[in-house]
Amino acid sequence: MKIDAQGVYYRDLNAKIRAAVAAGADKIDLVNVNGQYFIGDGINRPVTITISGVPGNDLGAFMNGATIVVKDNGQDNIGNTMNAGRVIVHGHAGDVLGYGMRGGRIHILKDVGYRVGIHMKSYDENKPVLIAGGKAGDFFGEYMAGGVLILLGMFTDDPHKAKHGFRFGTGMHGGVIYVRGQVDEAKLSQEVGVFELSKEDRKELEGYLKDYCKDFKLDLKEVLKEKFVKVLPKSKRPYGNMYCPMPR
Amino acid sequence: MKNRKPTHIFEKDISNCGLTGFISKTGKLVEGSVIIKSISLMHDRGNGLGGGFAAYGIYPDYRDFYAFHLMYENDMALQLTEEYLEQHFYIEQAEDIPTRRIPAIANPPVFKRYFAKPLQTAEYKEAVEFQNMTDEDVIVHHVMRINNEIEGSFVVSSGKNMGAFKGVGYPEEIAEFFRLEEYKGHIWTAHNRFPTNTPGWWGGAHPFTLLDWSIVHNGEISSYGINKRYLEMYGYLCTMLTDTEVVAYMLDLLIRKHGLTPELASLALASPFWDIIDALPQEERELLTAIRQVYGSALLNGPFAILFASNEGLIGLNDRVKLRPLVCATKDDFVYMASEEAAIREICPNPERVWAPRGGEPVIAKLNAGVA
Repeated sequence: MKIDAQGVYYRDLNAKIRAAVAAGADKIDLVNVNGQYFIGDGINRPVTITISGVPGNDLGAFMNGATIVVKDNGQDNIGNTMNAGRVIVHGHAGDVLGYGMRGGRIHILKDVGYRVGIHMKSYDENKPVLIAGGKAGDFFGEYMAGGVLILLGMFTDDPHKAKHGFRFGTGMHGGVIYVRGQVDEAKLSQEVGVFELSKEDRKELEGYLKDYCKDFKLDLKEVLKEKFVKVLPKSKRPYGNMYCPMPR
Repeated sequence: MKNRKPTHIFEKDISNCGLTGFISKTGKLVEGSVIIKSISLMHDRGNGLGGGFAAYGIYPDYRDFYAFHLMYENDMALQLTEEYLEQHFYIEQAEDIPTRRIPAIANPPVFKRYFAKPLQTAEYKEAVEFQNMTDEDVIVHHVMRINNEIEGSFVVSSGKNMGAFKGVGYPEEIAEFFRLEEYKGHIWTAHNRFPTNTPGWWGGAHPFTLLDWSIVHNGEISSYGINKRYLEMYGYLCTMLTDTEVVAYMLDLLIRKHGLTPELASLALASPFWDIIDALPQEERELLTAIRQVYGSALLNGPFAILFASNEGLIGLNDRVKLRPLVCATKDDFVYMASEEAAIREICPNPERVWAPRGGEPVIAKLNAGVA
């Protein structure tokens, strides 16, 4: 079903979306979206919501199993505490993506902002994956506790910009970050180190990237042409001795 | 010092807030309805306790006069201020700022504007001939005196060919109150306020101004105390009970008085961290080290996204770790800057380029030479 969001207040729009989901819709097309907050938040069913226009902040927060396809750019705070499902953005996106994300996939085609993947976490089979196809701002993977972050640096509107910013992996203590090509070690935080991929890593990474390429109709071979490195935390408790030394 | 209301002196402000602004670099005049449309999209970033606008190029008939926008909380303030202005200024035109009475706006103060030039009084001659003061210095001095010494009287703006319009309400309500759709300008900025630490009163709404500087700000300047005391040494007195005020005066000090370029002034307000400075090539390292050493008290600490405008152009700046959102876009000769991309798309659906500037990296859009 189709919903015209032109000039519709975010609460009214989200009420319409929730009503459509409750009525059993499988596909919802939102057209003329511009800036409406909280789209797809807390949706518990495997419905596909396709958005034309720029959705507002907190897209897909607490989402549990739905798929959101954004045909344009996204804003800040996509997938906050998302549990399961998928968000696909065919443009760039803003700051603080995947905050505390606990499962599901976020696929961004182009550049992302600051603090992407902040405090992502994982438990048993719940393992979130966030892939940015462009470049990233500072604090990539900040306080990351689990899950997978992937940065490709391939699809950007800003060819002169560095692939990633400063304070990369600040406070990271779990999970893994894969970066296509090299990382700038001068911009890494003290809490992380750079490693070669193992055979198992490569297999796992290829699986995620295959999925990503399918969403954007990209050539997987092209993405895999360059070598990847793996960034891991050096410790599970990076700040254990910050204020008062504790027995380990 | 006058006993002003409200009496809270908290040293912090605001947390959420929305801002938006644009410039036509060739000086095309744009109706107020455009900026209203953009800021209204971010209605929910504010809470109705402050909205405001700055507009440039709106008074071409009086372009050589300082346009004083005054806010009066009582009749005595009006009377004393007009006596003061008549004593120190040649006033080409004095009039009410046109307003529209609407139910959403409760108890508005009285607003008047004066297009004026300093009179050649003995005091003026003393200032110019013996204290090396410029006309701008004289204006700053009078703005500080009115704000600080006349109870219930506040200078809302004091630049040439520009004006600020602000108050308690959502920005779209403030725009309706001030009939902003009747103005045309080549630079516009707007602010939607969500005050958290200081009172939501008419003087505390954004923009904050001095001469033709105007600032709208989303964030919280936790270095307010240091900044305020530093500015006091140069004669700037903070009277608006809100942190953002220091940014307007700091830019006047750094750019107009000390002759820094907007780029260097931005580096003083949002200096990189020492470890990043230390890793730079020698020349840059020495420059940034000098700026941090000389202007340590001008550094703005805490999260911020600000737009500052003047008759020269429009500049957007984030704190160095980007704790508040700022998105920019270009289309033809227009440059747009806002808290959310959607606020830009609302008035420019197909920009040529959209990007998020790095923290501490100013986005500078100057008016073309010879325009306005």
